[in-house]
Amino acid sequence: MQKKVGTAEKNSFLSAIIRKQIFIPIAALIILAIFNFIVDPSFFKITLGHNSEGDPVLSGNLISIIDYGSELAILAIGMTLVTAASRGQDISVGAAIAISGSVVLRVLCGTNSHPETLQAPIIAAFLVSCLVAMAFGAFNGALVSVFKIQPMVATLILFTAGRSIAAWINNNELPVVSDRTFTYFGGYIPGIPIPTPFFIAILCFILTWLALKFTNLGLYVQSVGINEKTSRLNGLNPALIKFVTYVILGLCVAVAGFIKVSRLSTINYSVVAKDIEMDAILAVALGGNSLSGGKFNIYASILGAYVIQFLTTTLYKFQVQADALPAYKAVVVIALVILSAPIVREKLAAFFKKLRSPEKAESKA
Amino acid sequence: MQEKSLLEMRGIYKSFPGVKALRNVDFTLRGGEIHALMGENGAGKSTLIKVLTGVHIKDSGDIFIKGQNGPVQIHSPQEAQNLGISTVYQEISLCPNLSVAENIFLGRGKSRLVNWRSMNKKAGELLDSLGIAVKPTQQLASCSIAVQQMVAIARAVDMECSVLILDEPTSSLDESEVAKLFKLMRQLKERGVGIIFVTHFLDQVYEVCDSITVLRDGQLVGEYEIEKLPRVQLVSKMLGKELDDMADIKNDIPTFSDKDKSFVYEAEGLCSSEGIKPFNFNIRKGEVNGFTGLLGSGRSECVRAIFGADKVTGGKVKVNGKEVKISKPIDAMKNGIAYLPEDRKRDGIVGDLSVKDNIILALQVKKGFFKPFSKAEAVKFAEEYIKLLDIKTASVNTPIKSLSGGNQQKVILGRWLLTNPEYLILDEPTRGIDVGTKVDIQKLVLKLASEGMSITFISSETDEMLRTCSRLLVMRDRKLVGELTGDELTQNTIMNTIAGGDR
Repeated sequence: MQKKVGTAEKNSFLSAIIRKQIFIPIAALIILAIFNFIVDPSFFKITLGHNSEGDPVLSGNLISIIDYGSELAILAIGMTLVTAASRGQDISVGAAIAISGSVVLRVLCGTNSHPETLQAPIIAAFLVSCLVAMAFGAFNGALVSVFKIQPMVATLILFTAGRSIAAWINNNELPVVSDRTFTYFGGYIPGIPIPTPFFIAILCFILTWLALKFTNLGLYVQSVGINEKTSRLNGLNPALIKFVTYVILGLCVAVAGFIKVSRLSTINYSVVAKDIEMDAILAVALGGNSLSGGKFNIYASILGAYVIQFLTTTLYKFQVQADALPAYKAVVVIALVILSAPIVREKLAAFFKKLRSPEKAESKA
Repeated sequence: MQEKSLLEMRGIYKSFPGVKALRNVDFTLRGGEIHALMGENGAGKSTLIKVLTGVHIKDSGDIFIKGQNGPVQIHSPQEAQNLGISTVYQEISLCPNLSVAENIFLGRGKSRLVNWRSMNKKAGELLDSLGIAVKPTQQLASCSIAVQQMVAIARAVDMECSVLILDEPTSSLDESEVAKLFKLMRQLKERGVGIIFVTHFLDQVYEVCDSITVLRDGQLVGEYEIEKLPRVQLVSKMLGKELDDMADIKNDIPTFSDKDKSFVYEAEGLCSSEGIKPFNFNIRKGEVNGFTGLLGSGRSECVRAIFGADKVTGGKVKVNGKEVKISKPIDAMKNGIAYLPEDRKRDGIVGDLSVKDNIILALQVKKGFFKPFSKAEAVKFAEEYIKLLDIKTASVNTPIKSLSGGNQQKVILGRWLLTNPEYLILDEPTRGIDVGTKVDIQKLVLKLASEGMSITFISSETDEMLRTCSRLLVMRDRKLVGELTGDELTQNTIMNTIAGGDR
């Protein structure tokens, strides 16, 4: 008798998990992990070594996933909010990263593109880039919320112009920062063997969690994304809320841009964060969030970002050429997106239910 | 299957997660009859219709259709259509930007080429034969809602349907339009079509139907011939109880004599971007008044101007004697005003959000961005109002869109009551909901008023307003034309004032 109850609980538990939104990115991570484990268990090997400066660093595929997935995960936070509130996506984040990265270098290097010493404190450079990126976010947000232009069309402007603006900020020169502390943010802090971007990402997640817990950001954004008219009649200002999500995305862009330029100590305007907007949108979709707005789960988007990075690293590991990478990625993405479709998940849940019921019959007998 | 039957449904079961929507329901439709399907919201009418039209798949049971051997399986609306079952929904599902003729023939042409002239000619003949006065070439959007509905019916008829389902077709029609629709229905009946008529209006049932099937809580109550089921009986069958409740409320003619009570809200020369003429309005503490008038007379626009829902373009407003500026909803909310909007789906619910979030929304916004309720507080509020208003929901976390219309309305009512308003505006709170809930809401209005809340109540059903309001403001052509109190509150005076002739 007890056993029967147990099965029933397990059964509903399993189908409940499948119906949960965060199930998709988790399942994708598990599948990728199992695949790698079968093909080559050494994928998960992490070794402690020393970098050229003699500091201890951990290396291995998992480390590079949490390292290089950081920018994408941070962007996914802002992109989820923008998607939920404005029922559309910002496609200018790659270009905006180029701008904010360029600003960081401009402040640090001043007018001389290869200075011996920093011309300004790093924190000042970061804060200025935050302001600039938020201003560009505000520009996008104003187009969408005040002028009611479709998000993709509105952000197309900055998508087109952004990289030229980035180059113009530094007079089309490529400044190089020679100060070593600047590399800490995209690399390692001496003595700590885990890459710094991971910590920055964790900090962003904590801030997001606090914002969602201690403000009504989640409720307001979802309410506006689902029904603007109702939201207005309940005292909300839908235009303001949409606007704010774009500014928040601007802040995420600044952080991601800062990590990007810190990795190289310089910038390449046409290549930096190229196509990252598409990956960020994909992260939102992989998290099971509707791209037409409304309800959202930010944590699922963040996991989605790491799934994308996991996939990229796996493909590199199999020595897929960089040119061919998108094609392989596309195949996996198709599979994941189909898996995440509500209709497929309903079927899966029903399937598991069926799978369980014969057992139930046996235990009865 | 009986000889005369067009359609028989036997032992239909259908359940959704957490709800048994239909349990062992039988339904029989004979040729050449108009059959009313009645029941409160959540009784299973819509589910039964959706099972029949292939929107939902039944869990078990059999459907028989004349001319088909054995039970049929209906998996999609297309299959239902092929079996001769056509549906005209409450919300018209035609293409407003196409012509009438195009709408009638859309998606049905066998060849890829369209012969416009013959299409228009055939459409014209069809419309003539049904007595629908509209040109086939006219764009559908430029026709009145009633005509659009009739075009939808013409389309269904032309597809050689033998079973026609009309789901709340009259809810957005005025009286003369309803008469035209009924004429059309009787014509179809002559031709041997079986019509299933779903409506909330009892008058209309008794005017046009031959028999009635009543559902309650997903179960069949019974099938009756119309002559053998007096109105009171029907209502008590739908509610499953005797109707002392209704009698109660009717005897209790509202009076409001306390003229010394202070004004909660006063407006002078208020007007909005929606084109209403500037009007004066006030309400005292504990008073229930109402705006009445025909559809489109501007009653909703008046209360929307009071709440700041539309752009306010002029006028002076005082709340509790102090002059205030109300230009957007949040201003009104901060002044203790609450507004339950007319269009529940468009302006009332946040569909994907849970019942809990929908209940706390207004109070939460009023409280502020940086002061969210804890989960426990929110659940407490939600449970309190679910209990108080008897909202039928699986849990506080159920998305509001999966509730029935009446329960959605109660959630929104709960949302505004939670803000503890001094002045509550209810714009058509009883539209499209069942008799039981209607009575509940009317009683609640009177109870709240007796506790000191001021309420403005708008309803299309005059007797409902007579039962609740002690003062009626009459609107005609977007202008306030009269104010009725005391002995003037009768159907006749209201009709006369609405009909006018400037007195």
